[in-house]
Amino acid sequence: MHRPIHELSAAYRRGDLTPVAVAEDYLARIGAFDGKVGAYLTVVREQALAAARESELRWRAGSPRGPLDGAPIALKDVLCTAGVRTTAGSRMLERFVPPYDATIVERLRAAGAVVLGKTNLDEFAMGSSTEHSAFHPTRNPWDLARVPGGSSGGSAAAVAGGLAAGAYGSDTGGSIRQPAAFCGVVGLKPTYGRVSRYGLIALASSLDQIGPFAQDVADTALLLGVVAGHDRRDATSIQAPVPDYAAELTKGVAGLTLGLPDEYFIDGMDPDVERAVRQAIEVLQGLGARIERVSLPTTRHSLAAYYVILPAEASSNLARYDGVKFGLRVPGRDLVEMQSRTRAAGFGAEVKRRIMLGTYALSAGYYDAYYGKAQSVRTLVRREFAAAFARVDLIVAPTTPNVAFKHGEKEDPLSMYLNDVFTIPGNLAGIPGVSVPCGFSAAGLPIGLQVLGRPLDEARVLRAAYAYEQATTWRSRRPELA
Amino acid sequence: MSAAASRYETVIGLEVHAQLSTRSKMFCGCPTTFGAPPNTQTCPVCLGMPGVLPVVNRRAVEFGIRTALAFSCRVNEACRFARKHYYYPDMPKNYQISQYEEPLAEDGFLEIDVEGGARSIGIQRLHLEEDVGKLLHEGTLETAQASLVDFNRSGVALMETVSRPDLSSPAEAASYLRAFRSVLIFLGVCDGNMEEGSLRCDANVSIRPRGSAPLGTKVEIKNLNSFRNVQRALEFEVRRQAQALDAGERIVQETRLWEADRGYTRSMRTKEFAHDYRYFPEPDLVPLQIDRRWVEEIRAELPELPRAWRRRAVAQYGLPPYDAEVLTQSRALVDYYEAALRESSQASGAGTDRPKVLSNWIMSELLRVLPGDDERAIKSSPIPPRHLVGLLQLIENSTISGKIAKDVFQKMFDTGQDARTIVEREGLTQVADEGALGRVIDSVMAANPKAIEDYRRGKKEAKGALIGQVMKETRGKANPALVNRLLEDKLSQT
Amino acid sequence: MIDRKDVEHVARLTRLALTEPELERMREQLNSILAHLDTLRAVPTEGVEPTSHAVDVVNVMREDEPAPCLPRDVALANAPDPSDGLFRVPRIIEE
Repeated sequence: MHRPIHELSAAYRRGDLTPVAVAEDYLARIGAFDGKVGAYLTVVREQALAAARESELRWRAGSPRGPLDGAPIALKDVLCTAGVRTTAGSRMLERFVPPYDATIVERLRAAGAVVLGKTNLDEFAMGSSTEHSAFHPTRNPWDLARVPGGSSGGSAAAVAGGLAAGAYGSDTGGSIRQPAAFCGVVGLKPTYGRVSRYGLIALASSLDQIGPFAQDVADTALLLGVVAGHDRRDATSIQAPVPDYAAELTKGVAGLTLGLPDEYFIDGMDPDVERAVRQAIEVLQGLGARIERVSLPTTRHSLAAYYVILPAEASSNLARYDGVKFGLRVPGRDLVEMQSRTRAAGFGAEVKRRIMLGTYALSAGYYDAYYGKAQSVRTLVRREFAAAFARVDLIVAPTTPNVAFKHGEKEDPLSMYLNDVFTIPGNLAGIPGVSVPCGFSAAGLPIGLQVLGRPLDEARVLRAAYAYEQATTWRSRRPELA
Repeated sequence: MSAAASRYETVIGLEVHAQLSTRSKMFCGCPTTFGAPPNTQTCPVCLGMPGVLPVVNRRAVEFGIRTALAFSCRVNEACRFARKHYYYPDMPKNYQISQYEEPLAEDGFLEIDVEGGARSIGIQRLHLEEDVGKLLHEGTLETAQASLVDFNRSGVALMETVSRPDLSSPAEAASYLRAFRSVLIFLGVCDGNMEEGSLRCDANVSIRPRGSAPLGTKVEIKNLNSFRNVQRALEFEVRRQAQALDAGERIVQETRLWEADRGYTRSMRTKEFAHDYRYFPEPDLVPLQIDRRWVEEIRAELPELPRAWRRRAVAQYGLPPYDAEVLTQSRALVDYYEAALRESSQASGAGTDRPKVLSNWIMSELLRVLPGDDERAIKSSPIPPRHLVGLLQLIENSTISGKIAKDVFQKMFDTGQDARTIVEREGLTQVADEGALGRVIDSVMAANPKAIEDYRRGKKEAKGALIGQVMKETRGKANPALVNRLLEDKLSQT
Repeated sequence: MIDRKDVEHVARLTRLALTEPELERMREQLNSILAHLDTLRAVPTEGVEPTSHAVDVVNVMREDEPAPCLPRDVALANAPDPSDGLFRVPRIIEE
């Protein structure tokens, strides 16, 4: 029964399938396979079945709430869910039960979606492999010896492995697009401000954005449409109408100009990846798109700018975890000892490293050299994208320089960071980007094509991804877990 | 002036934190009622829970602009919020959302009255931020084994106003704070209640040998939460610094805490690193670009400020400056006074100096019986302005004496009734019947031959004793002027 | 290059109790990351305004309307050491 949401809802409408049967099937698959994959941290079986039963009544009454009614989905465990523990993959929040729903969770419930559970991630979304969850690593359904990417690896693996029909994650420097590429699913990072961040446990507030994972582009459009739009609880959310993304999908790429950035084909990248992406571009050309070379020279400084801004903001956002109000507390003789021990015990090595780095970068005497400088570099990145988008409609590039790597393969923090080199600039500029499957490596591992667009131009980004997807057959290949 | 103050020049700047009288907090919708049970006015935002986001309260910005305009500050066209980091358990996020490089307003002044005239005290900046929660210690801070946090106050809108170091004595500092408070109250942006912590003050103070150019080392004093404490703490600190300099010691740049109960400041021994606030622009809030039209709208609605009112009250009503000063401690009091004046001009019997008489009654009687001079106390006064004017009319038309009037006033306060009702019910009307009074005078004169003899021998004070006797016989209800005239007639007849 | 004292200082600033080996490892890793970050110095950014927000949204404010609060037991439900409706913390030693 693992099929795209738009097919599920068509089957619900016809009466061929019911939301309860589908939810039960997904829960059964989770029971059977998630021991291997480790996509979930929490499964809310009873709540899911209750939601599915309500959805079923609506479908039977002929009054579903929309295309997501009865769709079994998973949420990255940084999205707060009222009454359901939300851990951020950290010991710090192992027992934290939010008294509120994130705005997107509210919207999903209102749309009738069936939440199956909360998915695994690198602790506090810091990582590119989902090996750095405090609880357990997540494995790539295509090859269990490999990582699913990260930090939203649980959500990507759940969709790839048929453990959820769709899922949501968060993308701060590639945390949706990179695992989508590694797991052979579609993953979209919307424009910064397109989706409310209220209730998203913050990593780097100026970069974080919530987005969907889906089995295909059509579902991606549905999953985005339901959660996008202004939220008065998020001052950075954009007040702009939400287009009917699904209706825009079929307009094709004929007449569109696609930019091909020189800087996204680098030495040391996996030749399989380069080959697959170049072939994908030929497919798009064949569909009537014009290709133009563009230059984004500051790309090579994006990683450094990102690794200043992210730790700085993260060190601030994570200051609240101090054993006083919620979360872990390790006793101490006095307040400072309690707080220092709590933070030492509650955070993993990567989180500590970034908190230290960010605190240092913001501290007296270093602000201008690091944070101030990085924010100026960010301006350059934005300007370069703006200049490119004055000439081209979209930018196409690889999502990652390589395919999914093996667990434990990247011990050095810097080599791990390099995974995000093609996704980070989109976050710095706040622009939308999608990763869509574009083939497989010789070893049979998925490869992702990244399509980046102008701010708020998700419709065109999805349109190009859809045109490519429909012209190819990659999505018919599925990993086999049994 | 103390000896220390004469050898040294004192340089003081004040930082005042005012809680804004908004209905909800700075960045969330929680109400701001003072004195609610602990942790009953909180939500995920002001508890700093994971994933929550702040949104700026428009009225707090409006109040900030209103205040900035009252102090003639430049309202910056663009301002933004920043995070200020330090760990303290009363601060839920371990950073405070404040303003740093781009405050709401800068460069204004406040005029204060000092010995021999007025002085203009510079205001360097005005910015908005959020308040922290409240810590309760199990015992004193030094001995407590644990502390308890109440986050009700966490996130309440605060306005910080930093003066320039233009204040030259502790008395001037207290005067600045008084004038400052009074402006805020007039603007309706803060209730000015220092006991409830609505207005809190820190001071920067240094001294230097008189006439020497470079500023001395600055010491920050915290916890100055009343006018009296501002003055006492600064006097102590100026003396302490003078003694240190006299003894050849150096002043250490530090933060000291005023211990009001013990009457001294003590070093907080803050380590240098604790001041590394790691400010950066708050990414969860977008910049504010203050619309000029909005500023002009707010300017157009600025109320008359205390200084202007005092000037007008002295010129137009002939009020003594002292009276005007007392009345302007509270906007509500001025409103009360103005309302009474309006009532009075409509009422008959004007002719006496009503403005001054009214202010006397308000200052000496009304403020004595009311629980305070704040808006709450005055708006709920059982004696409305109309009743006070009614009482004054009864005195002026000789229905009651001034002495009886004070008793009537108390009864008005106790019952909420007007003066005439009380006077009539209790039969307090002044005896102004010449026949009846004449008979009382006759009997008093008959009983005091010696006083009459003394008076006729030129001892004029004797008449006073006789009047006293008459007033006693009439239980104070006799019209004193009439008694005097009748008595003089009778004494001169015989 | 940052030394051990810097690492200890930063750890204190951000309330992290690090063991001796952790401090040493942290020093090495931070230096290696900082060496990469220092490549930023080569980027000419004179006169380039910093970007603190990816979108050009300004003036977002809410009306001053009170909203419901959390019931107290809910506010304290995640507290490690609740005490009579308050959050209890160990004794505070002034720094």
